[in-house]
Amino acid sequence: MRLLRAVLLALLLIAPVAAHAVQPDEIMRDPKLEARARALSAQLRCMVCQNESIDESNADLARDLRLLVRERLQAGDSDDQIRSFLVGRYGDFILLKPPFKLETWLLWAGPFLLLFSGVIIIFMAQRRRPRNIAAADCLAGAECERLKAMLEEEER
Amino acid sequence: MIVETGHYALVLALALAIVNSVLPLWGSLARDERLMAVAPPVAIAGFGLVGYAYFALTFSHAVSDFSLVNVIENSHSAKPLIYKITGVWGNHEGSMLLWVLVLSLFGAAVALLSQSMPKDMRANVLAVQSWIGAAFLLFILLTSNPFARVAMPPAEGRDLNPILQDPGLAIHPPLLYLGYVGLSITYSFAAAALICGRIDAAFARFVRPWTLIAWIALTLGIAMGSYWAYYTLGWGGFWFWDPVENASLMPWLAATALLHCTAVMEKREALKIWTVFLAILAFSLSLVGTFLVRSGVLTSVHAFASDPTRGVFILAILIIFICGSFALFALRASHLKQGGLFAPVSREGALVLNNLILSACCATVVTGTLYPLALEALTGEKISVGPPYYNLTFVPLFLPLFIVMPIGQLLPWKRGDLLGVAQRLAAAFAAGLVAIALFAAWHGGPALSVIAAGLAFYVIAGSFIDLGRRIFAGGGAASAVARRMLGLPRHAFGTAFAHAGIGVTLLGLAATGWGAEKITSLRPGDTAGIGPYELAFESVARRNGPNYSELAARMVIRSKGTPVAVIEPSTRFYPVRGMSKSEAGIATLGLGQVYVSIADGAQEGAWNARIFWRPLVILIWIGALVMAFGGCLSLSDRSFRFGFAHRARKAQAARPQPAE
Repeated sequence: MRLLRAVLLALLLIAPVAAHAVQPDEIMRDPKLEARARALSAQLRCMVCQNESIDESNADLARDLRLLVRERLQAGDSDDQIRSFLVGRYGDFILLKPPFKLETWLLWAGPFLLLFSGVIIIFMAQRRRPRNIAAADCLAGAECERLKAMLEEEER
Repeated sequence: MIVETGHYALVLALALAIVNSVLPLWGSLARDERLMAVAPPVAIAGFGLVGYAYFALTFSHAVSDFSLVNVIENSHSAKPLIYKITGVWGNHEGSMLLWVLVLSLFGAAVALLSQSMPKDMRANVLAVQSWIGAAFLLFILLTSNPFARVAMPPAEGRDLNPILQDPGLAIHPPLLYLGYVGLSITYSFAAAALICGRIDAAFARFVRPWTLIAWIALTLGIAMGSYWAYYTLGWGGFWFWDPVENASLMPWLAATALLHCTAVMEKREALKIWTVFLAILAFSLSLVGTFLVRSGVLTSVHAFASDPTRGVFILAILIIFICGSFALFALRASHLKQGGLFAPVSREGALVLNNLILSACCATVVTGTLYPLALEALTGEKISVGPPYYNLTFVPLFLPLFIVMPIGQLLPWKRGDLLGVAQRLAAAFAAGLVAIALFAAWHGGPALSVIAAGLAFYVIAGSFIDLGRRIFAGGGAASAVARRMLGLPRHAFGTAFAHAGIGVTLLGLAATGWGAEKITSLRPGDTAGIGPYELAFESVARRNGPNYSELAARMVIRSKGTPVAVIEPSTRFYPVRGMSKSEAGIATLGLGQVYVSIADGAQEGAWNARIFWRPLVILIWIGALVMAFGGCLSLSDRSFRFGFAHRARKAQAARPQPAE
């Protein structure tokens, strides 16, 4: 049993221990820069992970990228400069917010186009219908007359 | 032995599904009652066989039968029994078996409960359900056999992924499957109605309780999954717009739209084409979801178990069922006659708007999920679509729905008066404005949070205004009020609770803007302030679980010096897989939570701690419970009973029929 525990302990030491996303030693002194770093990293994809931002990821690459972002911020780069630097290195894949360009215009416009065409379809359908709902509620002509006749019969 | 009988039962189930795919349909076309009568008992027997196969697999997991590949790869003899049982659906083969089990469960339920349906309709519903069943049983038997054996059984298994060894995962997948596979029944109803040419108010009435059951399960399943992600993945997020999450959100949005438009179809015979379209769409999206999750085209947080070679098979099933049903739809829909008329400002008008918005939201999620896959397949270019995309598209599309919701509830059918409704909603507007003022004064913070909180209060108050008016109008003694309350149909309460529920969830979401986060390095004896609390890190202890060892920290949370809670965040190590996982320590204080997760620090004896204060956070999930409660209330309503449609139809038949 003791041996087992020793083995476990040894494994514990060499195994990748559940690391954290942002670690205390990464945090920048200047809270303003740190806030910018956090906001930026939430928009950058950890390339080796599955749909996680580098802000959330435990992967080593994510840590490297977080440190890189902070380094650049320290050097005085703007958010856009850092983004375009990273895109130059890794491609658009790193941006969790895809850029608006020829290949992605449908992605961005799609939902709104659909909403817009839905509005138009509904508008057209509405126009084709009779304007006067009260009149439309009445049964078709022949039925109206039959109903009237029945009512008259009842009165008599 | 039991394994072989399970495998055999699965083959028999496939044979029965094929029988049921053909005979009832033939019967309905040839008007042969005997052939149509085949469907219900065969559907029930099919469910029994799949149930037995499922039991056989569960049994092998429970007794750790390491001669099965599935058990070797996902189990370990030291794993607690509960995770042996839930581990059955924690892998590809088992979860596909669960998928088929739920599918056949719904078939059997229709066979048992909908006995008063027209015979040809029921026969066709069960036939369509069997087509789906046959396709997926074939998929399991040909590509994902859970009963495969090995010649030389090892002494131990490889254990289940630690992240899946969690009570949340005991409930989440079955609920989710009940919801998203449950939508198969609405698909079968729609296809059967198209085949029989019976698309009328009765169809809406038959399909509604089933949609509602699936919707309730899906609502709870999504909420459960989100809470599981929140406490397991260790960084306090609860929704990641991950494609696998989207796979369940897409059918939920479609099912929500479907629920609302079946109401219009049932009451007013309007929107028929649209209702049938949505019924097909909802399950088609479930199929797309199954394809995304099970084929391995995604590699995401959830895709722990998939095999790309199977993708083609599911893709074929997907294409056959989606294209087939839409072809049938295109063939038949043009024959449908227009139903009841209504003015733009009316209950129907509001529900059309609801459907428009929900469809646009659904399309956003579909686009965001599939676009990167399509782009990569077509051009080889890789892009990422993450939360920032959805914040800019889904959120602005979805939020207006909250404004419309209480208005729609108050509008009468056919024709309404917007000004009158606005007057009646005055109290709700006031509630919203007061909430905005109060939250702005207390928290300040992000404008979006304050506005969303106001909107939430407006929706919650607005949901109950109609009920309140109907109960308290005219005042009177308590007994009169109670009588009026009992006299109201339960589905009126259902609507109110379901709408209030989404309002509660919105409030919880809004409050995420007022949370606090601290990332710091702590040693035992240190304290840290978080939000209105102080956190004292007392000690660390090493403990051994059944199949893991852990280092657990003990932390005391104090409010102005008095201890209010003790939490024990830990890091666990699972030696079999060599994986570690962080268990968050969570204390629920009021409606908020203090959330701590820890990891070994850089220096000896120091721990990296991520500490969150999340005010009102549990409202996100309580809201989902309230929504599901509203759904259950509606389901218990008299008019929703499964046999009622038949009686209603008979009563209708007795009256003179208006010419169409």
